[in-house]
Amino acid sequence: MSGVIGFLRRVGSRTVDMVWRLGFATRFFGLVLLYSGQSFRRLHLTIREIYFAGVLSLLIILVSGLFVGMVLGLQGYETLQRFGSSDALGVLVALSLTRELGPVVAGLLFASRAGSAITAEIGLMKVTEQLKAMDMMAVSPIARVVAPRFWGGVVSMPLLAALFTAMGILGGWLIGVVFIGVDDGAFWSQMQAAVDFRYDVMNGVIKSIVFGVAVSLIAVFEGYDCTPTAEGVSRAITRTVVSSALAILALDFVLTSFMFRGQS
Amino acid sequence: MSRTVLDLWVGFFVVIGAAALLFLSLKVGSFSGFNSSNTYVLQAPFDNIGGLKVRAPVKSAGVVVGRVAEIRFDPATYRAVVSFSVDARYAFPRDTIATILTSGLLGEQYVGLEPGGDVDMLGEGDTVMITQSAVVLEKLIGQFMFDRAAE
Amino acid sequence: MTVARQDFLVDLRAVRFAYGEREILRGIDLSVRRGQVVAIMGGSGCGKTTLLRLIGGQLRASAGQVVVDGADLAGLSRAALYGLRRRMGMLFQFGALFTDMSVFDNVAFPLREHTDLPPELVRALVLMKLNAVGLRGAEALSPAELSGGMARRVALARAIALDPMLIMYDEPFAGLDPISLGVIGQLIRRLNDALGASSIMVTHDIHESLEIVDYVYFVSDGRIVARGTPDEIRASDDPFVHQFVHAEADGPVPFHYPAPSLAASLLGEVGA
Ligand SMILES: Nc1ncnc2c1ncn2[C@@H]1O[C@H](COP(=O)(O)OP(=O)(O)OP(=O)(O)O)[C@@H](O)[C@H]1O
Ligand SMILES: [Mg+2]
Repeated sequence: MSGVIGFLRRVGSRTVDMVWRLGFATRFFGLVLLYSGQSFRRLHLTIREIYFAGVLSLLIILVSGLFVGMVLGLQGYETLQRFGSSDALGVLVALSLTRELGPVVAGLLFASRAGSAITAEIGLMKVTEQLKAMDMMAVSPIARVVAPRFWGGVVSMPLLAALFTAMGILGGWLIGVVFIGVDDGAFWSQMQAAVDFRYDVMNGVIKSIVFGVAVSLIAVFEGYDCTPTAEGVSRAITRTVVSSALAILALDFVLTSFMFRGQS
Repeated sequence: MSRTVLDLWVGFFVVIGAAALLFLSLKVGSFSGFNSSNTYVLQAPFDNIGGLKVRAPVKSAGVVVGRVAEIRFDPATYRAVVSFSVDARYAFPRDTIATILTSGLLGEQYVGLEPGGDVDMLGEGDTVMITQSAVVLEKLIGQFMFDRAAE
Repeated sequence: MTVARQDFLVDLRAVRFAYGEREILRGIDLSVRRGQVVAIMGGSGCGKTTLLRLIGGQLRASAGQVVVDGADLAGLSRAALYGLRRRMGMLFQFGALFTDMSVFDNVAFPLREHTDLPPELVRALVLMKLNAVGLRGAEALSPAELSGGMARRVALARAIALDPMLIMYDEPFAGLDPISLGVIGQLIRRLNDALGASSIMVTHDIHESLEIVDYVYFVSDGRIVARGTPDEIRASDDPFVHQFVHAEADGPVPFHYPAPSLAASLLGEVGA
């Protein structure tokens, strides 16, 4: 009996806790937007963060994109040739990448490469009282530290996703056309005929923007909100990666069901 | 790291990102949805549209000339009304026949336009009067077996 | 001592403060006259850093008034508070240097954020401040390459970058060798007089600070337990002051954080 009550109490306090944090995060998001002016007026602050979030993630994004595309090429060919339609390999690779794999996998990689770094940096600044010192110097840490990192992430993510997708298509082409010998013309022309710019490419880009906002917000929030100890920072980093992954997958489901509902 | 090197890297990153987007929009995808400014909309009633979907291509002589924009059910006639936009460069005579066809045996379905010989052309909002419904495979097979049985 | 209230740059009246349930300050009356250097002393964990945070407006008093330059902090908007803070400098206990910037950029930070000075002028000012703390040669180092004492001196240079009216030092002498200690002590006094500023200094180094300050407060158990000018302190026979000046382990200032007796804790552990 007491076990049941204890369990219920834990569930209850967890729920209350979660709602609290959600409320905090929303308020924090509002503050970040409110204090974003500086990130645009003093562009070099944001450019610096684009370097850390975007440029430093390039390598992992390009390499993983290439490999995911090559695997898609191999597996897709394997399946398609059973139905005698290996010419459609380009379509398969391009559609799966532009619509789903590009934004989602790039988002997951971005969360673990750049999101965790943002959380760690802000968290450590909190531990070493740098945020308090800044606040004491009449410089808002949200405007000076948080907002540029947020916007750096928001700008980087769609570009990284586009690079991932493009790299993946090249990888699929490499395997399909260069190594297996699918017809080059068929590969590209079928792809072009089946992939619509507005419907497939743009929706993928919109997804990547949404994921960029979500991951960047989670990363800066977890860093800013962490318990200011070494353990608190490490836990915040873990939370960033886990919540980002969950957020990406959940948002992907929601967006997909809106974007591609009952159509082709 | 000096500010110039940083700016250079970020500039490089943004340029290749933009190039990737350009690659996706030009080489991978195509602007199939013709600009609504230079298309006109036609309608065609069908008894049965089979598996036709919105955004399916509209072809004439095998060339894509438009896209299906909307499919609805008309409760007055109990028929399906398909609206599709056609590239303004192409005009079709009034007695054009609209047919729902399938590319390959199991491929996607599309609307085929077969031009007639009328001198008047179809304009914005007009209805294609002569239509031929989709061939529903189950019906076809059913008919085939029925015919065999009858022989 | 009858002084008009406006002579006080900082004026705390019956200030109370608690972290959650635990009350740290239980009625502090403390004031700093313009131009003075005031030292706050007290045992570790007695709430000195907390007191500075209250004066800086980073914490809100749960009761009582904190008045800085005539403005009650409780009633200030965020913008007004930031306006006030531009005229305050704070040396944090652990330096709190920005780790992603060089020493030079750290000291230049307040100048770049709050003024539109041309880069050459910023450079000249920063080098002057660094020179004052004896670290002009270290401008290109990153904070990770500094020793604890050097980091504190850089933080000191940063705190005075904007020539503030009120400078707060949280343990400026910790981690300094005797030579630097004397130099920094003199620097604090000279800065204060040259800038026409007022200073509050939290410190444990009673002998060094008695040389340079105008007034001393002793904090214990959330209250001011002794106060006076350096001469009064030296002559005092107050047990607190005596314990501090002579660094005695036994006395009114408890060495232990409040807890049940050691024997009781250990027995309780075994019994459980
Ligand atoms: N963020 C906090 N949350 C809860 N309690 C705190 C917090 N910060 C400090 N305290 C408590 O408040 C008390 C006073 O802390 P404070 O940092 O002001 O001490 P201090 O006088 O500066 O000590 P020291 O000389 O060691 O720096 C301590 O007992 C500490 O346990
Ligand atoms: Mg302290």
